[in-house]
Amino acid sequence: MLSLKWRLSSQLRSSCIFNLSNIVDRGGVFEAVNQAISWPLQLRVLAAFSASSASVCRGPGAESLTGTGVGKMIHSLFLINCSGDIFLEKHWKSVVSQSVCDYFFEAQEKAADVENVPPVISTPHHYLISIYRDKLFFVSVIQTEVPPLFVIEFLHRVADTFQDYFGECSEAAIKDNVVIVYELLEEMLDNGFPLATESNILKELIKPPTILRSVVNSITGSSNVGDTLPTGQLSNIPWRRAGVKYTNNEAYFDVIEEIDAIIDKSGSTVFAEIQGVIDACIKLSGMPDLSLSFMNPRLLDDVSFHPCIRFKRWESERVLSFIPPDGNFRLISYRVSSQNLVAIPVYVKHSISFKENSSCGRFDITIGPKQNMGKTIEGITVTVHMPKVVLNMNLTPTQGSYTFDPVTKVLTWDVGKITPQKLPSLKGLVNLQSGAPKPEENPSLNIQFKIQQLAISGLKVNRLDMYGEKYKPFKGVKYVTKAGKFQVRT
Amino acid sequence: MSSNSFSYNEQSGGGEAAELGQEATSTISPSGAFGLFSSDLKKNEDLKQMLESNKDSAKLDAMKRIVGMIAKGKNASELFPAVVKNVASKNIEIKKLVYVYLVRYAEEQQDLALLSISTFQRALKDPNQLIRASALRVLSSIRVPIIVPIMMLAIKEASADLSPYVRKNAAHAIQKLYSLDPEQKEMLIEVIEKLLKDKSTLVAGSVVMAFEEVCPDRIDLIHKNYRKLCNLLVDVEEWGQVVIIHMLTRYARTQFVSPWKEGDELEDNEKNFYESDDDQKEKTDKRKKPYTMDPDHRLLIRNTKPLLQSRNAAVVMAVAQLYWHISPKSEAGIISKSLVRLLRSNREVQYIVLQNIATMSIQRKGMFEPYLKSFYVRSTDPTMIKTLKLEILTNLANEANISTLLREFQTYVKSQDKQFAAATIQTIGRCATNILEVTDTCLNGLVCLLSNRDEIVVAESVVVIKKLLQMQPAQHGEIIKHMAKLLDSITVPVARASILWLIGENCERVPKIAPDVLRKMAKSFTSEDDLVKLQILNLGAKLYLTNSKQTKLLTQYILNLGKYDQNYDIRDRTRFIRQLIVPNEKSGALSKYAKKIFLAQKPAPLLESPFKDRDHFQLGTLSHTLNVKATGYLELSNWPEVAPDPSVRNVEVIELAKEWTPAGKAKQENSAKKFYSESEEEEDSSDSSSDSESESGSESGEQGQSGEEGDSSEDSSEDSSSEQDSESGRDSGQENKRTAKRNSKAKGKSDSEDGEKENEKSKTSDSSSAESSSIEDSSSDSESESESESESESRRVTKEKEKKTKQDRTPVAKDVSLLDLDDFNPVSTPVALPPPALSPSLMADLEGLNLSTSSSVISERKALHPKLGKK
Repeated sequence: MLSLKWRLSSQLRSSCIFNLSNIVDRGGVFEAVNQAISWPLQLRVLAAFSASSASVCRGPGAESLTGTGVGKMIHSLFLINCSGDIFLEKHWKSVVSQSVCDYFFEAQEKAADVENVPPVISTPHHYLISIYRDKLFFVSVIQTEVPPLFVIEFLHRVADTFQDYFGECSEAAIKDNVVIVYELLEEMLDNGFPLATESNILKELIKPPTILRSVVNSITGSSNVGDTLPTGQLSNIPWRRAGVKYTNNEAYFDVIEEIDAIIDKSGSTVFAEIQGVIDACIKLSGMPDLSLSFMNPRLLDDVSFHPCIRFKRWESERVLSFIPPDGNFRLISYRVSSQNLVAIPVYVKHSISFKENSSCGRFDITIGPKQNMGKTIEGITVTVHMPKVVLNMNLTPTQGSYTFDPVTKVLTWDVGKITPQKLPSLKGLVNLQSGAPKPEENPSLNIQFKIQQLAISGLKVNRLDMYGEKYKPFKGVKYVTKAGKFQVRT
Repeated sequence: MSSNSFSYNEQSGGGEAAELGQEATSTISPSGAFGLFSSDLKKNEDLKQMLESNKDSAKLDAMKRIVGMIAKGKNASELFPAVVKNVASKNIEIKKLVYVYLVRYAEEQQDLALLSISTFQRALKDPNQLIRASALRVLSSIRVPIIVPIMMLAIKEASADLSPYVRKNAAHAIQKLYSLDPEQKEMLIEVIEKLLKDKSTLVAGSVVMAFEEVCPDRIDLIHKNYRKLCNLLVDVEEWGQVVIIHMLTRYARTQFVSPWKEGDELEDNEKNFYESDDDQKEKTDKRKKPYTMDPDHRLLIRNTKPLLQSRNAAVVMAVAQLYWHISPKSEAGIISKSLVRLLRSNREVQYIVLQNIATMSIQRKGMFEPYLKSFYVRSTDPTMIKTLKLEILTNLANEANISTLLREFQTYVKSQDKQFAAATIQTIGRCATNILEVTDTCLNGLVCLLSNRDEIVVAESVVVIKKLLQMQPAQHGEIIKHMAKLLDSITVPVARASILWLIGENCERVPKIAPDVLRKMAKSFTSEDDLVKLQILNLGAKLYLTNSKQTKLLTQYILNLGKYDQNYDIRDRTRFIRQLIVPNEKSGALSKYAKKIFLAQKPAPLLESPFKDRDHFQLGTLSHTLNVKATGYLELSNWPEVAPDPSVRNVEVIELAKEWTPAGKAKQENSAKKFYSESEEEEDSSDSSSDSESESGSESGEQGQSGEEGDSSEDSSEDSSSEQDSESGRDSGQENKRTAKRNSKAKGKSDSEDGEKENEKSKTSDSSSAESSSIEDSSSDSESESESESESESRRVTKEKEKKTKQDRTPVAKDVSLLDLDDFNPVSTPVALPPPALSPSLMADLEGLNLSTSSSVISERKALHPKLGKK
């Protein structure tokens, strides 16, 4: 031991960093590590060390910070909240100073509205690609050419994972779970290239926090990190974890359709289409092989699949055949061909007018059911972005309640259910800024609603078959229709 | 550095005892403690103590807090000695967090970081693949130049690891080492070359990534792996798909000839090719065409198509750009549907996709026209999305849809978002210039907007009207008069300047108004914006030249004002104009031409799309988005005039192929004759064979395309017949090799043998088709016994049957390699290379085997083209 120390120091007498006194200072460390290091190896390390001690003299980091072949893909990630605080940073390569975010803040200022911050910003040495999710900015630092969608898609996947783990993707949640966040980021990206992004695999590597577990952990000293090593990365089915066991085997499918529409002033449809998804919640033991078929698969015009789906089966038979991931996931999203006429379940009668040379206007809207297939329309909300000159609104709803925010000028009317006998309406006066010219255009109405037990396109699941396992699962399908981007121009 | 930290800690002394206890109690929720010790370096002392304690829980807690510090961007480097000791901890979580710490600070504390290396070296030998992988990951992430040799060694070893997961990590490590020490390039390329041959879908994406970064110019490394990559693509993870597709796009542009020259015609012919497999003439026509798509080119286009259905926007975009850049123009249409689907996604994805659609829609309007309404703007869209949609709508505008669009634009003009309203007016202007039928309508509409209450709208309208009028000034005296009146009310400088310029330009058409305008302007000259002042000077000069009687004094007054203006630009211009228009002894010959100079016919401005010049960037790239060449952007080369040798993609070793060629050719001629005669005799039997094939096709039809390896393994369960066949084929193939010499003359015999051996169903699989494939095979200059290759052959056999012999030889030879699955079929690799002097008869033997495997491929074709199946 002593002799080694001596050799070390004599070899590196000239080294500016590693000198004898330093070693003595850190004797404790040195010995501790020694216990874990085998001798020949250490000698090898030292030999390498002495050979290139000159490069050490240049000082730490000099090499790689200015290095030529700086890596591709994602270099660093900064999480920024609405008030512009950088509350988390993670670097996959050399550290990039926080000051790079100044360019982002500049762009943010210029854009005025958070929605308008350009997702791709060019700075003298880096490129910043950012997404805005749940009042947070995920800003990634890129150094070289990369498909921007690649980064954007990945950042959204990160945000999805946080959502999945912590129930929400908020500053508080991330700060509370900073260690898990860090572990996740470490697993998801290696050298800026995505490594494990499947939720099933991540959950095996890093257990999501639960209240119970954190209590247990604090008592027993056990950890969130999985003790057993996952197999998924290595199997043929990278999205499903192995050894799944349930006492109740269940498979639920939610067919959710959203109507995107633009309705013009006169009530005729300018544009309408149906966008649907099938979300699945699968709790099945073992390795079930499912196939889901539809009564009318031809309805689906354009489909995008979870990687688990066998594309060829779909192409040839229009059957969704797959070995599902464990838990919740989106099986497919689809669009119903726009050639088909889309049934619009609600209509709106509106009369909004602003008087010339007067500081008030009239506001009157009524909602009624249209083609609702005999189902009740519920959860109706109307949101209106009023013009800037509107100071306040005095309205009376026949049903539900309304709020008007004089700062953002947003009127929200929470209607609830429609009862055909008495149509809900909202009437009243609008106060305008005096002297200002009357607004050019009437605001458009954004409508939200929900219809249970109905897929508006008429899509029907025919049957679900399971192969590969013996037990009988419990199966369920639920249909919901919602308003997507449903806008009425007035 | 660290000595600093030591002294800090000494300064801190013991005063922290109380707080220390507090910290210790707050261990349950480490995050709660952040606030407490932020900006307090002294507290690190207690972290050190915790790290040195014997309890794992204390260590873990300390590590958690340290990671919290790192996450906040605080400096925790002084804890390095204390942390690095725990690198060998048994507790996985502590270990993980230590790794996190090491990767972050090793660069700054190189000397100490070295002490941890041996732990990783040991872990590299661990029996558990995940431990090996993670050791390699951390080892390669420690950016310490001294360990480059160790890293190199580790990478080399890991690249030969049995576990694909470790090999994947090795591929990642290549990039890290390269960025640490570019001098290792040559050695790293060797590793990349080795990993490119890897057959695992896990590795493919990562190694291509490494290739792109280390040696994107070494396209020669790709040749041999091209078909494998194409075939694996569907089963690679999403991120790898993106990288591979981008790389293959570049590859295709260097290796294949352009499919664009006779795009539409070609498309028709290809359809015929698939649909009418018994229509001889069509095919021969196609053969005669000067352009034939390289089957490898087709392979890439075909195998990327399913990925348009990916849930990952980046993959969809990657495929879209591939189709855009390398597929025949007539086939690129299928991408529009998928791109439009992406518009339902979040705003960032929308932004990028819309940008790319904007570029595409300039060149090929037709692609997105059916989706016109998907680009209608909603009032809730962010402005940047709105303007992009508007851009696309403009590009898509044509005579048929313009009236609908103009109605839509009317709504937009009234938008509360004034920036958007202004953009809409610009758009209307562009539509007016592009579509002559509506020019007048647009102009009238814009004139109506002049009475709009919003100044921005009016100003924008004026600017656009100015541009429009410039194109056809003669008929629009009224509008100019109307605009002259507006000068009293409009205050936006650009608009005022535009009006003045317009009046000056047309001063002879509005002889009464122009001098009056000048008079008014002379009054307000001093208070105008610089932009307006310049135009007043211009107006004065033009009037002076055309109507000097009325305006001489006025102009001179203005020129005097300009002479003493604060802005030197205006002073300069004044001096210039005075010399030019006012005749005096000094002004030379130039003043004679003043009128010509000032009132020259000016070309109308082109109202162009800002996306016009973007198409020279590869779509979907960062450079395209920024419209600037980004660092590391790899140019997409132009199509080569003559395709480079396609045989480089054949998988056997090249020398071998060369040796093979002459023998094959000789044989090809012989058997060609023979085959021709035979086939004529046996037309019936060939028909029956096609029947049997279609049966098997329908059986395995549910498998759809079986171009990819992952699926073929799945197939094995259900589609057992073909699988068994292929296996037996393989076996007997080897057998045949051994008995090659013996068999040399017994071609017919061996055919029948093989038929018995493997093909119950299509026992009648006639010798003619078997032989035809043998011809195919010999014409390809290598790999006769790659069973997959013969799949392609036999597929061709079924389609073209015996008529093929009439066709030109060379293209056939190319086609043969179409479905060369050999190199990714795990079983077939170790197959011994055939002896160079393999007898021709052996090849015939092999053909028989291959017939059966063809059924799966045929079924694939049928899945793609149902009509074929019916026949």
